[in-house]
Amino acid sequence: MQKYSIFNLVKNAFSNHQNWDLAWKDPEPKEEYDVVIIGGGGHGLATAYYLAKEHNITKVAIIEKGWIGGGNVGRNTTIIRSNYMHDENGLFSEFGMNLWRKMSQDLNYNVMFSPRGIINLAHSDAQMNAYARRGNSMRLNGIDAVLLNREQVKEIIPMADFSENVRFPIFGGLMQPSAGTARHDAVAWGYARQADDMGVDIIQNCEVIGFDVSAGKINGIRTSRGNIKAKKVGLCVAGSTNILAEKLNMTLPIETHLLQACVSEPVKPVLDSVVTFGAGHFYISQSDKGEMVMGGDLDGYNSYAQRGNLPTLQHVLTEGIAMMPFLSKLKMLRTWGGIMDMSMDGSPIIDKTHIDGLYLNCGWCYGGFKATPASGWTFAHTIAQDRVHELNAGYSLNRFNTGHLIDEKGLGTKTWIS
Amino acid sequence: MLYIKCPHCGMRPQIEFSYGGDASVKRPELNKEISDQEWDNFVYNRKSLRGKHLELWQHISGCRQWIKVERDTATHEIFKTFKADEEVA
Repeated sequence: MQKYSIFNLVKNAFSNHQNWDLAWKDPEPKEEYDVVIIGGGGHGLATAYYLAKEHNITKVAIIEKGWIGGGNVGRNTTIIRSNYMHDENGLFSEFGMNLWRKMSQDLNYNVMFSPRGIINLAHSDAQMNAYARRGNSMRLNGIDAVLLNREQVKEIIPMADFSENVRFPIFGGLMQPSAGTARHDAVAWGYARQADDMGVDIIQNCEVIGFDVSAGKINGIRTSRGNIKAKKVGLCVAGSTNILAEKLNMTLPIETHLLQACVSEPVKPVLDSVVTFGAGHFYISQSDKGEMVMGGDLDGYNSYAQRGNLPTLQHVLTEGIAMMPFLSKLKMLRTWGGIMDMSMDGSPIIDKTHIDGLYLNCGWCYGGFKATPASGWTFAHTIAQDRVHELNAGYSLNRFNTGHLIDEKGLGTKTWIS
Repeated sequence: MLYIKCPHCGMRPQIEFSYGGDASVKRPELNKEISDQEWDNFVYNRKSLRGKHLELWQHISGCRQWIKVERDTATHEIFKTFKADEEVA
C-alpha cells in the first residue's frame, strides 16, 4: 500500500495525481471466511481492522448492503467525548479517546481529530450540582472535567445569550477539554483502507437475506450475492439491527428511531468548541468549512425512514436560537437523518449471543460515532477470543434480564424521549 | 408533518400528539405466575418492525385520549387509527 505522506503527495503531483493506488478493492465474495462482519459502517470497519491488527485474523469479510460510510458514520455530527458518569461508559469511552488521539498516525489517514472541548451548559443551581457530581465521577475515572461558572463560560462562548431575563439563563457548564470532533468520513475511509490492506474483503452492494444456523451454531449467511460460509458472524448494523434479528428469531431491547442533523451555510470562525444546551436537547459545533453543525432530539416515533420531519427540526433549532440568538440570521444549508438503534437503557450492547459464533454490536443510540474505535476494538476482542473484554463486560445483552442496567440519563425504557 | 386522524376529533397535525410506543405490547395478566423472560418481553424487548406498526399516541393537545395508530415506519403512511380500547385484528 502506498503510504500517504508529503513525499508521496509531491511525487504524485508530477503525474497529476492520476497514479494513486485505489484506497480499497472491490472483491467478489469468497466461498468462506473465518469471520464475516455485517455492516460496513464505522463500527464494522473498525472491527475488521482490529481483528486483523490485534488478533491476526485476516480471512475476514465486511458485508455492506449499500456503500461503506453511507450510514450513520457519514450522518452524525462528529462529536467525540467521554463525559460519562457511570464507570462502564466512562472507562470504555476514555479507552476510545486514547485510540482517537493516535488514530491519524495509526491509520496513516488524517481523520482531522480536533480536541476542541465540549461544554454542557447548565441553566439552574440543581443542574450545576448534577454536573459537579458527573465531573467528579469522570475525574475519578481519569477523564478530564472542569466545572465552569457563568463568567468562565462567557469567556469561551461570548456569542451565547448572556442577557438578563432569558428563559434559560446560563449558570455555568461542565467542560471536557479533551473532547472534540473528527472528520467522520475519513474515519470510515481510513479504517477501510487499512483493513483492505491487511486482507479484509470489503463487499459492498451485498444485502444479507438470511442466516444459516444449525444446532445452535452459525455456519454462514445468505446474501444477495450468494451464500457465504463463516465460522463467526458479527452484527454491526445499528438501526437495521431489528431487521436482521427478526431473521434470527431474536427480539432485542432495541427500537429504531430517527435522528436528524443539519448544517448552516458556512460562516467565518465563531465557535471553537462543542456546546450543548442544558434545558433541552441541542448541540452545536463549527466545521472546518465554517458550517454550524447542529442536532438534537429524535423525531419521536419508530422510524426507518432515514429522513426527518420538520416539527422536530423546528423544535431543535428553537432551542439553538434560545442559546445562541445569532443562529437565527443563518440560512440552512442541508438537513438529513439517520436511523438509530435506541436501546432500552441508553447504553450499547457488545456481546455474544445464544447462537454459537454469532456476536452482537448494537444499541448505540446516538452516541455511536465517538465509540467507533473502542467499539471496533472490543468487538474484535469478543469475536476473536469468544469472550467479552472487561471494557465491554457491562454492555451485556442479559443485563436487561439481570437488572444491571446502565441508564446514564435515568430515562427508563421510553427510547423515543431519550 | 404527519397528520393523524384522531378517532374522537378528526384529522389533526402531529404536533398535537405525543407518542406512546408499540401498542402490541401487552402487560402480563395481574397475579399470574410468569417467567422472567415474559416480563423482559413486556418491559424491554421490541420487534421494532420496518413496515406496518401499531402504536400508541396520545392526543395531548386535543381531547387527551390515547389512541392506536397503524403506521408504516418506513414511509410514514398512516393506514388507520383506532380508539384505545378497540381490538385491532
